Amino acid sequence: MNAANYLYISALLFTIGAVGVVVRRNAIVVFMCIELMLNAANLSFVTFSRINGDLDGQVMAFFTMVVAACEVVVGLAIIVTIYRSRRSASVDDASLLKR
Amino acid sequence: MMQLALEVGQTAQPEAIMFWILGPMAVVAALGMLLVKKAVHSAILMAFVMVVLAIFYIAQDAVFLGIVQVVVYTGAVMMLFLFILMLVGVDSSDSLTETIAGLRPIAITAAVGFGGLMVSLLGRATLGRQAIGLSAANADGNVQGIAKELFSTYVFPFEVVSALLITAAMGAMVLAHHQRTTVRPTQRQLSINRFRGESLGSAAGLPGPGVYARHNAVDVPALLPDGTPAPTSVNASLEARGDMLDYKSFDLSEVNTQIEEEK
Repeated sequence: MNAANYLYISALLFTIGAVGVVVRRNAIVVFMCIELMLNAANLSFVTFSRINGDLDGQVMAFFTMVVAACEVVVGLAIIVTIYRSRRSASVDDASLLKR
Repeated sequence: MMQLALEVGQTAQPEAIMFWILGPMAVVAALGMLLVKKAVHSAILMAFVMVVLAIFYIAQDAVFLGIVQVVVYTGAVMMLFLFILMLVGVDSSDSLTETIAGLRPIAITAAVGFGGLMVSLLGRATLGRQAIGLSAANADGNVQGIAKELFSTYVFPFEVVSALLITAAMGAMVLAHHQRTTVRPTQRQLSINRFRGESLGSAAGLPGPGVYARHNAVDVPALLPDGTPAPTSVNASLEARGDMLDYKSFDLSEVNTQIEEEK
């Protein structure tokens, strides 16, 4: 098996995550799809780190995890705030500026 | 005879077996995330994908990242997601109807295009490239190697990331904080409101749920002494979720009159 197979899985997971962000309406599921995309990028980093034989890719993946954790904290706080005022976690309902 | 040297760019057989079992499972679970209706099921599938990725990391000599993946993602981040799902739980089942016309075909077409582009690009760029492997870089241990990189080459990004973490924590606290716009009623005020209100019906507090003698669950409203059900006895969130039983079948008014006639 070639190590590049991990890259194909990573590309597939990233694509699935991107579709989820566009297609799903529930803000929490959209967030989970963003996490999936970040994880897919991490898998690429780790695989490239192995292919190139140095640890820079793993350090980058580590930074990505920290940023993902921050993003989840702030994003979920925003979702809770929107839910508290609008009683809905659907991304379609937060369209006040349109009307 | 055992083959000691691996071919250029190839990995050991056990890893290939693991990859071909877990890889398709991860992709199927990720697809399931898009297709299932309830957000909780999405979260469980997501946790599965994350665990599979952790196994992939460990298989690729990134032991530290594999452990961090389990601890941070499946441990902390997914628990946070499930916690928020429980908070927002009432309407967590997503309607899968299209709200923007033609969005789904466009999204799927774009995804197939993007995915095909990525896969073909990767095929051209990496096939025939030999993997060096991390045995040299991990000679002192994976954690020690990452620590050496992190605290020498990447020490400034590391500091920036710490500032980012503090900012995120502050942001979450600011978003979660909300100021009272009205004065909080005291116990004395609440008591006065109960007794000086238009009716004394709830003077002794709201009735508890459950029907005498026939049903004793929290999702059934209590029967008042005159045989009529009291919808206020059921928790409001159960009612909003649609989990309240139909109380009409528990209405005892007809049964009561029959018993009187027999006497």
